[in-house]
Amino acid sequence: MSVSQTGPQNGFEIKLAPTPRGSRLVSLGAYRPRRVVDNTEICTFIESSDEWIQQRSGIAERRWAADDETLVGMAEAASRQALAGAGLTGEDIDLVLLATMTSFSTTPTAANLLQAALGTRGGAVELNSACAGFTYALALADQAIRAGNARNVLVVGAERITDIMNFSDRTTMFLFGDGAGAVVVSAADEPGIGPVAWGSWGEQSEALGVLPLLSDVARGLATERPLLFQKGQSVFRWAVTEMPKTAAKALELAGLKAEQLAAFVPHQANIRIIDAMTKYMKLPEHVVVADDLRHTGNTSAASVPLAMEQVLSSGRATPGDLALLVGFGGGLSHAAQVVTLPTLGPAGASRLPDPAPLAS
Amino acid sequence: MALSEQEVLAGLAELIHDETGLPQDQVALDKSFTDDLDIDSLSMMTVVVNAEERFGVKIPDDSVKDLKTVRDAVDFIVKQG
Repeated sequence: MSVSQTGPQNGFEIKLAPTPRGSRLVSLGAYRPRRVVDNTEICTFIESSDEWIQQRSGIAERRWAADDETLVGMAEAASRQALAGAGLTGEDIDLVLLATMTSFSTTPTAANLLQAALGTRGGAVELNSACAGFTYALALADQAIRAGNARNVLVVGAERITDIMNFSDRTTMFLFGDGAGAVVVSAADEPGIGPVAWGSWGEQSEALGVLPLLSDVARGLATERPLLFQKGQSVFRWAVTEMPKTAAKALELAGLKAEQLAAFVPHQANIRIIDAMTKYMKLPEHVVVADDLRHTGNTSAASVPLAMEQVLSSGRATPGDLALLVGFGGGLSHAAQVVTLPTLGPAGASRLPDPAPLAS
Repeated sequence: MALSEQEVLAGLAELIHDETGLPQDQVALDKSFTDDLDIDSLSMMTVVVNAEERFGVKIPDDSVKDLKTVRDAVDFIVKQG
């Protein structure tokens, strides 16, 4: 027997909002911290060399945030560029989704603070799926719109990885950078975001993490600050064996073939992972492969929108082009989808908020 | 069917060549992956992933660090194959 708790026969009916057919990425914004850190400077922290770092990772330089480049401030700057490009203001946004793994306020969340800074009046929630956070948030934005719960959603990936970076770990500290990227996602008659191929691999949680746990610090079981660690070989193996399957699934779910793609925008973890993925995926040569990490490093949840910005601003891809996004990392977890690329918001609109006036 | 040492060595030499461009005849049993063949940790993992598929064996992450020489890898694969 089917169970029906609601319906006219029970004297009430839950009304659902009208639903659009799809959603799409309308406009993109980015914030890259002012300070550029090249590999020569990295070698003042760890024993290494520019050649070794580039050979192992493809990374030549990255950006590190200064004190005034806060998580919320960078998110706000990127968001303002995206909003300006979409011709919208904060009031038009029904939902703010902020993906990050470097927010240190359990409540209020950074999403609440971003919402207040932008003056949006809808919902706001922070979510954390580490480096897959942006593509997870994008999938949830698409679903919120197609369920009729929002017309315009602001999806943001922002990180200050340097806040959790182990500056003396020569196997990881050269990899990471800070930054933020934001996209306005809006209802659309023609779908511009495909179904998501997502998954969680908590069985491999020991491959990447942040320790000690804050709960251990709270109980006095640990005193040192939480820092990021990574078993590079394990993450590499998982990424190069599983992510090509995830990419193929995202294409299949959208009813598309790799030949139809203009761009491939994977999480910018390491050029060696990206190269191996494209090889295993047998990606056609005409597909532009984002390699923003060469000048940005691995910015975790910010990496996919920053890499989209890079392929667009360099002219290697144009708005409306079909792109495959694959977010993957800590958890381990992943989320991938096909999208049509957005336009770039005006670069001048990506500005940090003015410093708060001193209390008199 | 059991794999012979020669088959596995020849197969590994091909996989290493594909990954690093190293001439296949340089891949000998007594060579160290890191010191002699200059294979870094990520290339090693690529060779391991491809070897699993080629030889139908499982090489767990924890075992990879014990594979210091080509002989270590050949023995590991032959034992499972």
